[in-house]
Amino acid sequence: MIEYDPVMYSRILTYVTLGFHVIFATIGVGIPLMIALAEWMGIKRNDPHYTLMARRWARGFVVTVAVGVVTGTAIGLQLSLLWPNFMQAAGHTIGLPMFMEVFAFFFEAIFLGIYLYTFDRFKNKMKHFLLIIPVVIGATASAFFITSVNAFMNVPQGFELVDGVIQDVSPLAAMFNPATPTKISHVIITCYLTSAFILGAIAALHILKGNKHVYHKKALHLTMVAGAVFAIGTAVVGDFSGKYLHEYQPEKLAAAEWHFETESNAPLILGGILTEDNEIKYALEIPYALSILAGGTPDTEVIGLNEFDEDLLPPLWVHYFFDLMVFIGMFLAAVSVLFVAMSWKKGWNPFNRPLTWMIAAGGPLSMLAIQAGWVFAEVGRQPWILNGVMLTEEGATTSAHVDIMLILFVILYAVLGVTCAVVLRKMFKRNPVELELEKQGEREKTAQ
Amino acid sequence: MTYEVIGISVLWLFLYGYLIVASVDFGAGFFSYYTKRNNKNHIIHNIIQRYLSPVWEVTNVFLVFFFIGVVGFFPSTAYYYGTALLIPGSVAIILLALRGSYYAFATYGAKESKFYTFLYGATGLLIPASLSTVLTISEGGYISVDNGTVQLLYGELFTSIYSWGVVALAIVSVLFISATFLTYYASRAKDEQALDLLRRYALTWSFPAIGMGIIVFFLLSQRNVEHYQNMLDLWWVFGLSVLAFIGAFLLILKRKSYGTAFIMVMIQYFTAFFGYGAAHLPYLLYPHLTIYDGFTNETMAISLIVAFVAGLLILIPSLYLLMKLFLFDADYVEGNKHSGI
Ligand code: HDD
Ligand code: HEM
Ligand code: HEM
Repeated sequence: MIEYDPVMYSRILTYVTLGFHVIFATIGVGIPLMIALAEWMGIKRNDPHYTLMARRWARGFVVTVAVGVVTGTAIGLQLSLLWPNFMQAAGHTIGLPMFMEVFAFFFEAIFLGIYLYTFDRFKNKMKHFLLIIPVVIGATASAFFITSVNAFMNVPQGFELVDGVIQDVSPLAAMFNPATPTKISHVIITCYLTSAFILGAIAALHILKGNKHVYHKKALHLTMVAGAVFAIGTAVVGDFSGKYLHEYQPEKLAAAEWHFETESNAPLILGGILTEDNEIKYALEIPYALSILAGGTPDTEVIGLNEFDEDLLPPLWVHYFFDLMVFIGMFLAAVSVLFVAMSWKKGWNPFNRPLTWMIAAGGPLSMLAIQAGWVFAEVGRQPWILNGVMLTEEGATTSAHVDIMLILFVILYAVLGVTCAVVLRKMFKRNPVELELEKQGEREKTAQ
Repeated sequence: MTYEVIGISVLWLFLYGYLIVASVDFGAGFFSYYTKRNNKNHIIHNIIQRYLSPVWEVTNVFLVFFFIGVVGFFPSTAYYYGTALLIPGSVAIILLALRGSYYAFATYGAKESKFYTFLYGATGLLIPASLSTVLTISEGGYISVDNGTVQLLYGELFTSIYSWGVVALAIVSVLFISATFLTYYASRAKDEQALDLLRRYALTWSFPAIGMGIIVFFLLSQRNVEHYQNMLDLWWVFGLSVLAFIGAFLLILKRKSYGTAFIMVMIQYFTAFFGYGAAHLPYLLYPHLTIYDGFTNETMAISLIVAFVAGLLILIPSLYLLMKLFLFDADYVEGNKHSGI
């Protein structure tokens, strides 16, 4: 038997809850924007296919929002249950954005309710479109506020610690710390990217199954154009995130890159394995690339792991998660840009099978990149819960029975995840596009 | 008023908001299940669906508001309650998670199944029961604090009459509040059959609700004398509460102005809830934590209050729009305009 360690179990339970929540949270931030795009296209082109697209996406979205809301409620309460000491400190410094996040949810929840139940209620279609805008703003704002909390955990500032007591707090300085700009923009744009790819993957699967309806082609086109924009944006902001790490959390970057000695002209290491005495084998080295990622020029000096106290270093396996994220980022950008280029050129068929397969793979892969990115970002901050201020073990609960709670929550999420998938499948199987377009046509005829 | 008192008042207001909207929701779940077993579900099914569908998410936010706000204004509560409540808190989370997601699954996705309805009905009563234990614990005597370790005394909690009294009060209140609201909603929808049934439920649960309230009031004298004394000093507030109850009961009995009756019920609970809360001050957790020693720093307090006011300026018009479209739009309420997704 392993000895009961509440810190360890709290960390695992936090990961399980956040990892599950972030699947739905990512969709929750991105899909409203995609719904808005589809509805807008429907109005501008007067094309019922896009209007139906908005409606079908919204219908699936409600189900995932529900899981997002309940798991979010879980993590919100769990932070106090599992990290009481951390929350006591965090409440003093970062209570403001957490409080504002709830306002953002509230705002979003109200308008989502209105939007969903007013599809056929207004004569003027623009009116209904306007109702999705507050949902987009609310969802993005909640990502903004919660991510600023996470940014604070990476670069805590805006307070003084005098004999363990927090003083001279400035909530705005805590919220807008050096990690905030890159962190927030990277998180938000990857939410958009992932949502575009998940919806694109669904359209791609229909096409692969031989469904010839033009609805799916339109859906694929819309999502891939949006996806290309977001993928390029993701890579650009990802590059800025690297520069941020170089400046403020060099140990995280060095761990991600197995960069042992401080040097300039540093190569970027892809894949590989690490031997017992920290030698890198079977890796692909891109010369100068790490220096360029860190500082923009090949001669940038990148700080190595040798400069840090060994006890305060993150585990080196975060390297694989970083690589996975970057690899998927490149893949998504390539696929979506290729699709857009091929639809521009006359005579080329962007709906060819290999490309469609790759888009279909992009959906799950983008979600995997989100998970990998978070594991890298959070584990890369270890052993600190508040970087340089509070160790993870100091923040944790001392309660007994965290292990039993862990088991209960794993069961809960398994049940929720499976049911959610089953319900979504049934919903759309029972009501395919063709059938719904017919119904929509009849509705409009009787209305005239 | 000090910042501490403003802070706790804001939070208490949200908790009151949750108490009302969540009771309507929880009770509706139970009535839905109960009528299904008696084959009367067709009578009230539409009323419940039409009201609940657009607002269930908003209900949940009230709760989130409260527990995130508490940590913002009173960070030390995270330490005391967070450590002590690991198990009951987790159980409440799991129940809330099952309820919320299965509601959405049943409404938007799969066909209604017996299992979903059962889950919805059962959690409707279990959640208020588990959440109400937080108030019980705050009275003191259920938590031990020994040189830095906080522990919940389960034996004490499960064997105390007071704690079971609070659970019973929570459940009957949920049923009473919910029934009076749905009675009003049915009357707006001009659905005579539903109105008849729901009005009967409202009358059935009225006396248990007020009765349990009075019983718990007196049980408190054995648990926390100081709090009980403070409540006696505020006797007129609780008197108002009883008057409001009598008003509501008579209106429903005489089949008159169900809207006013529901407002009376809201007043009944508002006065009782704030009377209880005011008498509890300054303690957040008797006798370990008061609003003064658990309070956040002044800058944070000011920024939270500013954010709160700014937030309300956005929320109140939006909530108004929601109510206008779904609660006060006669056409929607009567079911002529159900244009869901
Ligand atoms: C679809 C998801 C996705 C994709 C394709 C990428 N990322 Fe990413 N990345 C995330 C999703 C993500 C994330 C989940 O959103 C993270 C985790 C924490 C955070 O701030 O964002 C993240 C963090 C993150 C960090 C750490 C920031 C920190 O710890 O503060 C860096 C340096 C990068 N990313 C860099 C990149 C680069 C150079 C990419 C190349 C294209 C890239 N990311 C693609
Ligand atoms: C960066 C990662 C996160 C993102 C992008 C995110 C975003 C979201 C989204 C989009 C929702 C659904 C809300 C809705 O559609 O109404 C949600 C729910 C929620 N999230 Fe997260 N979240 C993240 C992490 C967290 C964390 C760490 C917490 C804990 C403090 C949290 C607390 C909540 C709560 C309490 C809800 C439920 C709100 C409600 O009742 O409506 N989230 N989140
Ligand atoms: C939503 C996306 C997020 C994911 C997937 C995520 C993932 C993780 C992971 C994997 C860990 C465990 C690290 C370890 O113990 O080695 C962790 C820890 C933690 N995260 Fe995050 N995180 C997310 C966002 C956030 C945000 C926005 C906050 C702040 C409110 C937060 C607060 C914490 C806390 C308090 C811990 C525990 C301390 C620790 O182990 O570092 N997380 N998270």
